[in-house]
Amino acid sequence: MEKNDTMTAHNYMVDFTITDTEYVSPDVVLLKMTPADSKVQLKEMNIRPGQFAQVKTPDNATFLRRPISICFVDLEQNKLWLLVRNAGNGSRAIMNSPVGATLNIILPLGNGFGMEICGDTPLLIGGGVGCAPLLMFGAHLKANGITPTFLIGARNKDFVLLEDKLSVYGPVYVSTDDGSYGDKGLVIDNHILKEKFSSIYTCGPLPMMKAAAAIAKEKNMPCEVSLENVMGCGIGACLCCVEKTVKGNVCVCKEGPVFNITQLLWQN
Amino acid sequence: MAELGVKIGNLHLNNPVLTASGTFGYGEEFADFIDLNSLGGFIVKGTTLEPRQGNDYPRMVETPSGMLNAVGLQNKGVDYFIENIYPRLTEYTSEIIVNISGSAVEDYAKVAEKLNALPRINAIEVNISCPNVKTGGMAFGTTTTGAAAVTKAVREAFDKTLIVKLSPNVTDITEIARAVEAEGADAVSLINTLMGMAIDVERQKPYLSTYTGGLSGAAVRPVAVRMVWQVHKAVKIPIIGLGGIMSGRDAMEFILAGATAIEVGTANFINPKVTVEIVDYINEYCQRHGVSDINQLIGII
Ligand SMILES: Cc1cc2nc3c(=O)[nH]c(=O)nc-3n(C[C@H](O)[C@H](O)[C@H](O)COP(=O)(O)OP(=O)(O)OC[C@H]3O[C@@H](n4cnc5c(N)ncnc54)[C@H](O)[C@@H]3O)c2cc1C
Ligand SMILES: Cc1cc2nc3c(=O)[nH]c(=O)nc-3n(C[C@H](O)[C@H](O)[C@H](O)COP(=O)(O)O)c2cc1C
Ligand code: FES
Repeated sequence: MEKNDTMTAHNYMVDFTITDTEYVSPDVVLLKMTPADSKVQLKEMNIRPGQFAQVKTPDNATFLRRPISICFVDLEQNKLWLLVRNAGNGSRAIMNSPVGATLNIILPLGNGFGMEICGDTPLLIGGGVGCAPLLMFGAHLKANGITPTFLIGARNKDFVLLEDKLSVYGPVYVSTDDGSYGDKGLVIDNHILKEKFSSIYTCGPLPMMKAAAAIAKEKNMPCEVSLENVMGCGIGACLCCVEKTVKGNVCVCKEGPVFNITQLLWQN
Repeated sequence: MAELGVKIGNLHLNNPVLTASGTFGYGEEFADFIDLNSLGGFIVKGTTLEPRQGNDYPRMVETPSGMLNAVGLQNKGVDYFIENIYPRLTEYTSEIIVNISGSAVEDYAKVAEKLNALPRINAIEVNISCPNVKTGGMAFGTTTTGAAAVTKAVREAFDKTLIVKLSPNVTDITEIARAVEAEGADAVSLINTLMGMAIDVERQKPYLSTYTGGLSGAAVRPVAVRMVWQVHKAVKIPIIGLGGIMSGRDAMEFILAGATAIEVGTANFINPKVTVEIVDYINEYCQRHGVSDINQLIGII
């Protein structure tokens, strides 16, 4: 893709050392890491909520890197947080990295969530590890005087992710498939959706995002979604990650992963 | 420092390291990671006469030590390239080579003619692995007549260095190499991707929207090295070797087999700095082996 004026952010390739690893559900690990070279400061990278990283899998577990959302950046401690779900060889190798191990990461990639559509009462909907970028975004909103409402979905009680961390920035509502916690059923059937919000931001499984987008459209709320198309390079060089938009095929890694639903052709 | 400069037709490269078309965008995507001027040159995305949207998603899947792609030559067309991209690229001092594609012989010639007028474009690479719509979609590059016809037409339209990029999906690649040499190609580059396929057995569907796609990455390297070695024995024009080069060591494998220069493709996705690491390695290799000039090592096998 040719360089677009809105995307002039610098990309870095950095070795990180894992400092903390914690199972936050039976198949998801929260990894915290700091640049192996302490001179490398995350605050100088201008990382925005909704951007992602391309992680090289340890011991060449896979041939290509794996895209993972930036969950949070702790500027004080110079730490990057990634929330990783066991989805296959690559993610498993990343999530099993022990404290002290090194991960080579390219970041920050793509465009994050936009503030233009936000309004005073945004609703942030996350399904599964789709909650990851909502943490950094929630913190960013709060710092800008906006209190977001979070709605998160999970299979059951044990799989609910980041609830305590998200609740620092705004109220959290939960839906579980089996009703073992919060509302029973799909995220988009949660009772909180009966209330009025100024905008919707969502990240998670495609059917969930499509359903959320349908609700946003019906209620005339602006909405942004974060897509997870399969990626080759993550930096706009291979054109493998395309999504059909009103502007034609565009790279999700470069012009996304976050898109306003008015740009997408998936209203089917 | 060993002498790393090499010559391809009339093209002088500061070192033998180029980038493979379709894997390096327009170079700019890598400017945050490397100094583009430290490469011998870079070969930009496949360019066609008219804009192309490419194939439907999904376009790629990882396979053992490689990947399959079915991008389908998505690009904004040669006129857009000339007006909007070329001016930006002229700020770099290394050679810019444009890779061109077409679905008819005349399309190739028209694109080549337009590029011939650009002062900073000293070479083009002609991708003959494209389907020829007039002959029912069989790739130009799979027959000697098809490959020769494209080369002849482009040769008439382009008077600077002409590189023809060969398809490995043939019975005897040396035949095709000889055919394009006879029509005036200044060099050949090989290999393009190997046709492959992968199926998601749980969903019982092919991974790619097009079913089949092009295999690249480390998995193809032994096939590529073999073909470079064979073609080196068959033609007099210089060879640019590529296919699965992941490191400096791999690049040397191609040079020893007969490549005057090399291209780095899929490896850029994994390590965006790999090209400059390869330049450093080749220099170090020459010193370690007591060779003052890389040209002394080309095709010694
Ligand atoms: C922008 C973006 C942000 C993401 N954020 C997160 C996150 O924060 N946490 C998280 O756990 N996961 C995230 N993912 C998904 C994660 O990238 C995949 O789960 C991972 O790549 C799977 O690789 P694997 O080797 O473990 O599994 P595989 O066995 O290779 O594949 C399992 C599944 O993952 C998909 N997948 C495989 N390779 C890729 C690839 N190169 N790019 C995208 N998808 C792929 C496949 O389509 C398949 O459905 C994100 C994906 C994208 C595109
Ligand atoms: C995503 C992708 C896109 C490609 N696009 C082109 C193209 O437009 N024109 C072309 O001649 N080759 C194209 N190729 C082929 C590469 O230039 C190269 O020949 C091939 O990938 C083998 O080298 P590698 O294993 O180092 O990647 C493409 C390859 C990939 C992976
Ligand atoms: S993943 Fe390569 S262009 Fe988006």
